[in-house]
Amino acid sequence: MGSKGLPFEEAIKQLENVAAELEKGDLNLDESVAKFEEGMKLSKQCSKLLEDAEKRITILLKDGDSVKEENFIQEEE
Amino acid sequence: MIYNPISVTELNKYIKGKFEEDEYFANVLVEGEISNYKHHYTGHLYFTLKDENSLIKCIMFKTYTGHLEFEPKDGMKVMILGSVSVFERDGTYQLYAKAMKPLGMVGDLRAAYEELKQKLEKEGLFDEEHKKKIPTYPKVIGVLTSNTGAVIRDIINVSTRRNPNVVIRLFPVPVQGEGAAEKIAKGIEFMNEQKLADVLILARGGGSLEDLWPFNEEVVARAIYESELPIISAVGHETDFTISDFVADLRAPTPSAAAELAVPDIEELKLKIKGYENRLKQALIQKVQLMRLQYEKCMQSRVFTQPLQKINEQYMMIDMKLKVMEHSILQKLQIEKSNFQKIVLQLDTLSPLKILARGYGIIYKEENRVKNVTQLTVNDKVTIRLQDGEAKAKIIQE
Repeated sequence: MGSKGLPFEEAIKQLENVAAELEKGDLNLDESVAKFEEGMKLSKQCSKLLEDAEKRITILLKDGDSVKEENFIQEEE
Repeated sequence: MIYNPISVTELNKYIKGKFEEDEYFANVLVEGEISNYKHHYTGHLYFTLKDENSLIKCIMFKTYTGHLEFEPKDGMKVMILGSVSVFERDGTYQLYAKAMKPLGMVGDLRAAYEELKQKLEKEGLFDEEHKKKIPTYPKVIGVLTSNTGAVIRDIINVSTRRNPNVVIRLFPVPVQGEGAAEKIAKGIEFMNEQKLADVLILARGGGSLEDLWPFNEEVVARAIYESELPIISAVGHETDFTISDFVADLRAPTPSAAAELAVPDIEELKLKIKGYENRLKQALIQKVQLMRLQYEKCMQSRVFTQPLQKINEQYMMIDMKLKVMEHSILQKLQIEKSNFQKIVLQLDTLSPLKILARGYGIIYKEENRVKNVTQLTVNDKVTIRLQDGEAKAKIIQE
């Protein structure tokens, strides 16, 4: 399954499906192990997707006709 | 001289009677400004209605407040329909309001709000079917609000608390005053054109109806409706409902709540992923245990525990079969034997010796049995056989 670059929404949905399938228990041992590995891979992917994002708070500023993006610095009160 | 005073109660009762005789007092329409407004916990409204020179106490009972289309406030110009009567306990007369309508700026805005709301509702801008789903895991949160003030701060605080790695793009817009509505609409369009977010939060803090007005304008409503990015509207306080709230895909009671709706809680997600991992492990462990159980059950079968038993059983089967065969052969033999005896017995009865025993004799001539007289001639020598022996004889006459 080429799940590289899977969006988080899709990855966690697949993970849930895999868990449900494995829990049904009607797979043979080989299939079970394969499903388990697939699930663990998806779980790692989900965690990575969560960790990988980098906090960015920006403000879109009008610069003539174009708009540029700058870091947003909050004024302290 | 005898005085005949009446009581205060009687006096007030009399005055009240006079008031109530007057038909004009039963239905008066009066305008003025609200002051000393109190929304009592019993649900009744107490206030004073005044103009530059004069004032009158007013009360609106809870039974009538349900029809109010606005929350009255001090300083608001209103028109009231009600009756004038006396409150006997205090000896005061007051206006008992049955209906109230805002006048002036608020009244105009209120009327415009209702008109636009009805128009857009009829057009289907509020339809549930048109509402887009708010993405569960948006990568970028677009925020349209003022770049100063508590609202953006609240949104950033709540968002970063839920997800330290949140990505927020703020598109600063004026949220009140002349031209704000157009700029808000443009902002929504811009975010859509450039696809700068996965979900938009349209937010503003609390304020008067005039303050919130841009969010009740048609141009904003249409921009929200046309937006391909899902929009969460969080304008004013929980009790304020703007047109934006109705058109938006989701209404949040406050800007902080909007952030909570847009940004998934990362700790919760991590727990969820852990939960799936546990389920996977548990399911596999269970599978292996089940297979071990099956294997053990298999090994407990007698085939494995007593391998000779099957063979012994087979031997027993053979022995049994042999016995049956033996038995049937013996039986057959028995039958044959008895048949044979029967035949021997029959033979015995037919034996010539038996006939001889009864006194008959057999005559032989040169070893041949003589059965007819024609076989004999005179002087033939014959042998006579009787039961106890033989005797020689000679035919003497034919």
